[in-house]
Amino acid sequence: MSRYIASAAIRGANNIVEEADQLLQKALAEKGPDAPVQFPNTAYYLPVIYGFTEIQVSKLGDLLPVIEHARQLLHPVPRGKLWTPYLGEALDSGMATLFAEEAIMGIKYSLGDQPEKLDGYPGLVTAAGEGYCNGPIDDVQLRAWGIQLVDGRMPGFCALIGCAKSNEVAVQLVRELQRRNILVFLSGNVNGRSIIHQLLEEDVEMGYDTYIIPFGTDTISTIYPLGFATRSGLTFGGLKAGQARENLIYNKFRVFAMALALGEIDDLKYATAAGAINYGFPAIADTVIPEILPTGVTEFEHVVSMPFDDIDGKDDLERAEKLIQKCIEIRGVKVQIAEIPIPVPYGSAFEGERVRKDDMRVEFGGKKSRAFEYLRMLDPDEIEDGKIELVGPGFDEVEEGESIDLGIVIEVAGRKMQEDFEPVLERQIHYFLNAASGVQHIGQRDIAWIRISKSAADKGFRLKHFGEVLYARFKGEPWNSIVDKAQVRLITDPEEMKKWIGLAREAYGERNVRVAGLTDEAVDEFYSCTLCQSFAPTHVCVISPQRLGLCGAYNWLDCKAAHRINPTGPNQPIPKGEELDPQLGRWSGPQEFVYDHSNQSIDQVTMYSIMIDPMTACGCFECMVLVIPEANGVMIVSREDPSMTPAGMTFSSMAGTFGGGLQTPGAMGVGKFYLTSPKFISADGGFKRVVWMSSFLKESMPEEFKAVAEREGVPDLIDRVADERSATTVEALLACLEERDHPALKMDPIM
Amino acid sequence: MAESGKTINPAAEAMLGKAAETGVSTAFSRVDEMKPCPIGAQGLCCKNCAMGPCRLTKEGQVGICGATVETVAARNLARAIAAGAAAHSDHGRDLCFVLHGAATGEAPGYQIRDEFKLRAVAADLGIETDGREKEEIGVDVAEAALAQFGKQTGELAYLTRAPKKRQEIWRDLGIAPRGIDREIVEIMHRTVVGNDQDAEHILDQGMRAALGDGWGGSMLGTDLSDILFGTPSPLVTQVNLGVLKEDEVNIIVHGHEPTLSEMIVAAVRDPEMIEYAKSKGAEGITLAGICCTSNETLMRQGVPSAGNFLDQELAVLTGAVEAMVVDIQCIFQGLVGVAADFHTHVITTSPKAKITGATHMEFDEQHAPEIAREIVKKAVDNYPNRGATYIPQGQENMVPGFSHEYIRYMLGGYYRGSLRPLNDAIASGRLRGVAGVVGCNNPRVVHDEAHFDIVKDFLKNDVLVVQTGCGAICNAKYGLLQGEALEHAGPGLREICETVGIPPILHMGSCVDNSRILTVLAEMATEGGLGEDISDIPGVGIAPEWMSEKALSIGTYFVASGVYVLFGVKSPIEGSEAVTNLVGQRWEEKTGGKLEFEPDPAEIVRKSLEHIDKKRAALGLPEYDPTRFGQSGDRRFSAWLKARAEDAEVSPYSIASVSVEEA
Repeated sequence: MSRYIASAAIRGANNIVEEADQLLQKALAEKGPDAPVQFPNTAYYLPVIYGFTEIQVSKLGDLLPVIEHARQLLHPVPRGKLWTPYLGEALDSGMATLFAEEAIMGIKYSLGDQPEKLDGYPGLVTAAGEGYCNGPIDDVQLRAWGIQLVDGRMPGFCALIGCAKSNEVAVQLVRELQRRNILVFLSGNVNGRSIIHQLLEEDVEMGYDTYIIPFGTDTISTIYPLGFATRSGLTFGGLKAGQARENLIYNKFRVFAMALALGEIDDLKYATAAGAINYGFPAIADTVIPEILPTGVTEFEHVVSMPFDDIDGKDDLERAEKLIQKCIEIRGVKVQIAEIPIPVPYGSAFEGERVRKDDMRVEFGGKKSRAFEYLRMLDPDEIEDGKIELVGPGFDEVEEGESIDLGIVIEVAGRKMQEDFEPVLERQIHYFLNAASGVQHIGQRDIAWIRISKSAADKGFRLKHFGEVLYARFKGEPWNSIVDKAQVRLITDPEEMKKWIGLAREAYGERNVRVAGLTDEAVDEFYSCTLCQSFAPTHVCVISPQRLGLCGAYNWLDCKAAHRINPTGPNQPIPKGEELDPQLGRWSGPQEFVYDHSNQSIDQVTMYSIMIDPMTACGCFECMVLVIPEANGVMIVSREDPSMTPAGMTFSSMAGTFGGGLQTPGAMGVGKFYLTSPKFISADGGFKRVVWMSSFLKESMPEEFKAVAEREGVPDLIDRVADERSATTVEALLACLEERDHPALKMDPIM
Repeated sequence: MAESGKTINPAAEAMLGKAAETGVSTAFSRVDEMKPCPIGAQGLCCKNCAMGPCRLTKEGQVGICGATVETVAARNLARAIAAGAAAHSDHGRDLCFVLHGAATGEAPGYQIRDEFKLRAVAADLGIETDGREKEEIGVDVAEAALAQFGKQTGELAYLTRAPKKRQEIWRDLGIAPRGIDREIVEIMHRTVVGNDQDAEHILDQGMRAALGDGWGGSMLGTDLSDILFGTPSPLVTQVNLGVLKEDEVNIIVHGHEPTLSEMIVAAVRDPEMIEYAKSKGAEGITLAGICCTSNETLMRQGVPSAGNFLDQELAVLTGAVEAMVVDIQCIFQGLVGVAADFHTHVITTSPKAKITGATHMEFDEQHAPEIAREIVKKAVDNYPNRGATYIPQGQENMVPGFSHEYIRYMLGGYYRGSLRPLNDAIASGRLRGVAGVVGCNNPRVVHDEAHFDIVKDFLKNDVLVVQTGCGAICNAKYGLLQGEALEHAGPGLREICETVGIPPILHMGSCVDNSRILTVLAEMATEGGLGEDISDIPGVGIAPEWMSEKALSIGTYFVASGVYVLFGVKSPIEGSEAVTNLVGQRWEEKTGGKLEFEPDPAEIVRKSLEHIDKKRAALGLPEYDPTRFGQSGDRRFSAWLKARAEDAEVSPYSIASVSVEEA
């Protein structure tokens, strides 16, 4: 910490803690100590305070010890001569600042002064309402983004604090971040003008959908992004309140965040930055400030000054672009910018985008037409690399809002390519196409359903651009390690369509057989998946042929392929080793692997039991399986089911309780297709244990469950299983099971 | 260097002039008269039985019992290690009694000041802390600590503070100490006539006893001192003979223990006592320290230091010292002779250290405050007896107080203190490595010169230096222990110092506090990025001006912990090439550390840097490149601020119009 920065930060901290104290005294005098303090739609009380100190602030009086603790972290400003060290002191002052800032926001919520209302900006629409800044990110959004942060679709967040040099620069900075799918958090001002004002004046749309969150025009609002970071540690990192150090380290390594200070920096901004540096988040300034270049608290440089006018570039827009590039380098954020020659923006930020019927230019698949996608490997000399062919007419002649047939056939070749990889690559089509702005892709294989928006079509987006996207992505990291050549065929011609859909279905069938034919006994090794360790550091999925990953996205073959594609990646082969208990599915190999890869926190794991050493759960599971002791069985709740369950919890509260890398006997997160496996909790009695199951599941895989019921020897088993329509309490469930004579009631006690 | 050629300290030089003038004998003059015993100097005089003494003079010769040159040299070295280990450890033992007294209330005036550390130490000693009062825990900690001395089997509790790999090495070599006292006794036994007569085997026990010092007696001494008197953190104070005051009662505390000196600090600060001094015509009372007592009071109380080991007689020569209050270790008997020419009372206080001719006012912790007051009163009463005084010019500021706890804190704050930034700095090459430069003064070489020269070269080469004992006080005298000393630092080191706000040399305490360096090394090894053991770290330990047997114990425990240790001055085993190779190459094979004696300071630096670079290479770290880093982070901004102060046209968005000096 430069002495200048340390001095400013320590000064700023002393002031803000004083301010918080005064505000608290005033609020206490007005409202009394029992007045409630709460951030809306979030758990974890005031999360920074709770995460670090375990203090559960729910009323004004609870803030007194917080201010007291903040005071203990303060220090005198370093002397100009004969100074004593100031780095630790400045970092502590930074934490004191965060506690004070969060306390202030808590009090302001209590007084009705938050979220901030911005008068005169009708274009401002956030989760907090029209004309209001956002306030804390709510839990639903935290979870939604959490998943994207896990799988890398979203690299991190950047807090833009202050006011950009011009409105034009402000917009460019935000666009550059968006292009890289980096969340943009806005706060602060310089002499009363905030980047939030700048973006509103330029009609930039903000809100969860666009990844741009305006928190408030003061520096204190920066506490919300840091609350978001703290909650990430608590929600996804499996950390408990009070694990301050762990949470900070978690953020350093797992949450790719940085602060970009725009315009001149005052003491409070330095103090807040000192708080953020505790998390390992570096600060970059577009003005001349002292720099702190050695590493250690952050992964790379701590504080970097990039005087805006001195950045090499032909104009301010190019300078803004370079500034963002530098920020990304400093944080070590891994982003690949796929330069794809299409007329619409491209990036994961657009993945969740919906194209509504009214905005739709054309659709393929769905109810009124058919769309399929099929990827196959060929010999290299059968492929003309980069060829994109439209077989049949485009959609120019089609009426607006109409639906037509489409086949997407991708042919690839590569020295390392194998037939086994085909489905893995084919599944990527969904992600690749969705990332184009104005394109919506749902489903897979011959139930794909794709829409193109009017605005995308207006900008010149045509069918061949699907080819451009797919070609560019398969030739980019990491897929280019196996794909040497690729060509794309987009088919609308009815004859060709018929021919190719036939070929595709033949291939789908073969693939099904290939997976279905594999049993756990027939292979020597399982695979790991530690992809989610970025958010759940102790979680290890062990994936076997008969038990796919709990997220449903990775089966054994996929892992095998993924390992070939990226040998040092999260999918590693696990030799089964010694068979310790075939009934439970306990082998020495997976146990050792899980122990070594769970920070040595979990040393026992079984494949087929929910009761004895079940697998850990990260938080991405498709279904939650939970033992209902009274019913001597288990219930299965799907992610899509929002209803109350007989366990007294909804899916989302179960996800919070049992996720984060925990091993909880009696609770297990699983992928949907594992439910149909003969190995589904086979050690505990198998599928006959299922006493309750979300109706969504029953309806989404009726054929599969029918087969399971027959296999289990109770052909009408599914009808005997209760769901949210028949029981949401244990009492109702028991009554229902009695009435339907469910087999679980007669089985051996599950516990 | 001034004209005597005996010291680089101008204040000391001035006093040497005074000594020459008045014909007072000091160590500086006696060294000229006393040539070292040539056989003893070689390490080859054996007087362990009455068949001798046997004077071995060349390889191949044997004593009357047949003991070889190797055996004799090894036995002598082992006995010196035993004596050093005994001294440190006995110091540690006394602190156990003080803690016990503080916890039971039997030692009024003492209290448990650092409860946090008490609980941490308790945990390491396997003592339950949950829901217990600090006094209760304190009694248990004191008893458990005492038990470490008398333990007969098993291993010392603190060995678990070392990296796992290190512990295994000790176990494999059979040198993990069982009990602090037992290993020292065993050296005495092994080296008695007709017993252990294999050099390597004898010196294995030397390592074992030394480890019992470093990871036992000394470490307990440090920990318990912190519990009783507070864990140090940086503060500002002054150093050199110029801290003595012409018009005040000057009391010097000298020796090693904080137990008495802390009480003296309290007594001299007592307003009643200050009034009493005034009644005797003084303006007040100045307390100053010398040697390691000074290090203890510097870093906890900010009591200024009058100097290091060789400054002790010179301080009395000022004629301005009313009392030189001493406890244990490194106290010249010569003080009494120097004091005879002045009014100065030399007051011995330890039941373990009386000096003929000195005033003995025996200290016991049950009556500590009263005894301290009596001592101070005696000094004040002596003020009217003062004759002519001569206090030399010269004092410097210094920032001492880098306990390992504070080092961790300063690198990350309360919530996430760790050594990670230090490891990163080494890994990135901003720091080439680390060096502990510690130990005594020795009048056989120029006072302070080797300490200063070696350290200056290290700083220039981006080696972060930690110092304890007389070495630390030495470089403080020359202004290197303050933030302003950055001009002596290489570019990478400078960047680190600016970031953290530290001087380029960290003062880590007294000589028992070398245990703090062990703790830092162990934590660096376990933090990751620099291998997995102390021997992987690019670092060295140096005792440039050593003289005490304690230094040999310290050096040996660092070697046994995996550190390359270089001693200056001379080799105590010079007469045996085999033993020289044994503690060098052979110990390196066994422990990863090695002990070398190298009289040339420049050669010490060269060998150190070579070793540091070798360790960097072994870790796969980038080769040290002095030009790679080192633009001060404040450089551009300072220039910009200055320009803005002169010209309002400067834009915050550009530095282009401002001229910035390259570092």
